[in-house]
Amino acid sequence: MYIDPHVHMVSRTTDDYARMATAGCVAVTEPAFWAGFDRSSAAGFHDYFRQLTESEPRRAAAYGIAHHAWICINPKEAEDHGFAREVMSMIPEFLSRPNVLGVGEIGLNRNSKTELAVFEEHLEIAARHNSLVLIHTPHLEDKLKGTRLILDAIAAHGKINPARILVDHVEEHTVRMVLDRGMWAGMTLYPDTKCTAARAVDIMEMHGTERIWINSAGDWGHSDPLAVPKAVVTMRARGHTAADIQKISFDNPRSFLSQSGNFSVNAPRPTIA
Amino acid sequence: MTTPEGKPPLDRKTLIDLGFIDARAKVLDIAAFLDRLDRASDANTPTDFRVDAIRSALEIARDNSPARAERILKCWSDPTTQPVAHADGKAARGAHPPHTS
Repeated sequence: MYIDPHVHMVSRTTDDYARMATAGCVAVTEPAFWAGFDRSSAAGFHDYFRQLTESEPRRAAAYGIAHHAWICINPKEAEDHGFAREVMSMIPEFLSRPNVLGVGEIGLNRNSKTELAVFEEHLEIAARHNSLVLIHTPHLEDKLKGTRLILDAIAAHGKINPARILVDHVEEHTVRMVLDRGMWAGMTLYPDTKCTAARAVDIMEMHGTERIWINSAGDWGHSDPLAVPKAVVTMRARGHTAADIQKISFDNPRSFLSQSGNFSVNAPRPTIA
Repeated sequence: MTTPEGKPPLDRKTLIDLGFIDARAKVLDIAAFLDRLDRASDANTPTDFRVDAIRSALEIARDNSPARAERILKCWSDPTTQPVAHADGKAARGAHPPHTS
């Protein structure tokens, strides 16, 4: 039994839900993200947020998987500040829905001034609504600088308990700074561009399993919605105990996510759209 | 975790048995990638910063100090500290171009 706490199921087929359920997935959480192209209107985001909170939970429930969402405008579409504010104005409407966990995945992409300003405004929305926060850290060569900018912005904002913030996509060079600030750290298991399962297990061995989770971040790109159960296989082969495996793949995500009263590992009864 | 001080549960011999063939294949892929670039019709053009980044990483990988993966990631990272004025496209490139540091 496992939880995939970061996966973009709108980009995956129904067969993926079936495979994940077969592998033991009981719950997923889905952050709002970039669809691979820029949406041309705020209304496009409103439709997307409805898909995340109305359609995907039904699709997941058909396979006994509980589905929850995070709402935001992602940093890749945040370079137009006026447009970003128009989308952010819709966030409170969705934060009140019973299957929404908080604001995410917010953060930085190319570490621009506008991205940073929009990130700070998202933090303020989360603080006003007492929401959990899920943070995307930049890719590749931008990750180290972007993670530092994000952590400094959170500290300067100062209104959100660090234990209610998860900083995702950490790697060897960023995991320690996140944990040292009292936040949770997510390791994304990607074939090429983030952590492989082998490296994620290395990081657990070096930094422990407190306040760490693993996720697939499966989406429309090169990714694997079964990355979490495959990492479990790697942990087992590397000699880790069943207790450690349950902690990283189930107990830890449940602990963080349960800080939102909306989270449950029990899927609702399946319904027909 | 099950072992203290960052030590893996398995001993060195077992880790080699588990990981050697995979690591061997990856080293060969890197060597073949560099050979492929040498065979290209424009092989004599100035080197690409991304290839330089791979060569720098290989130097780190072959030294005898710890935290090689962390040091390679830092070697490839943007060393600047201030936000940029505007996003330069959506995609990162995998290594930081030296002329922009």
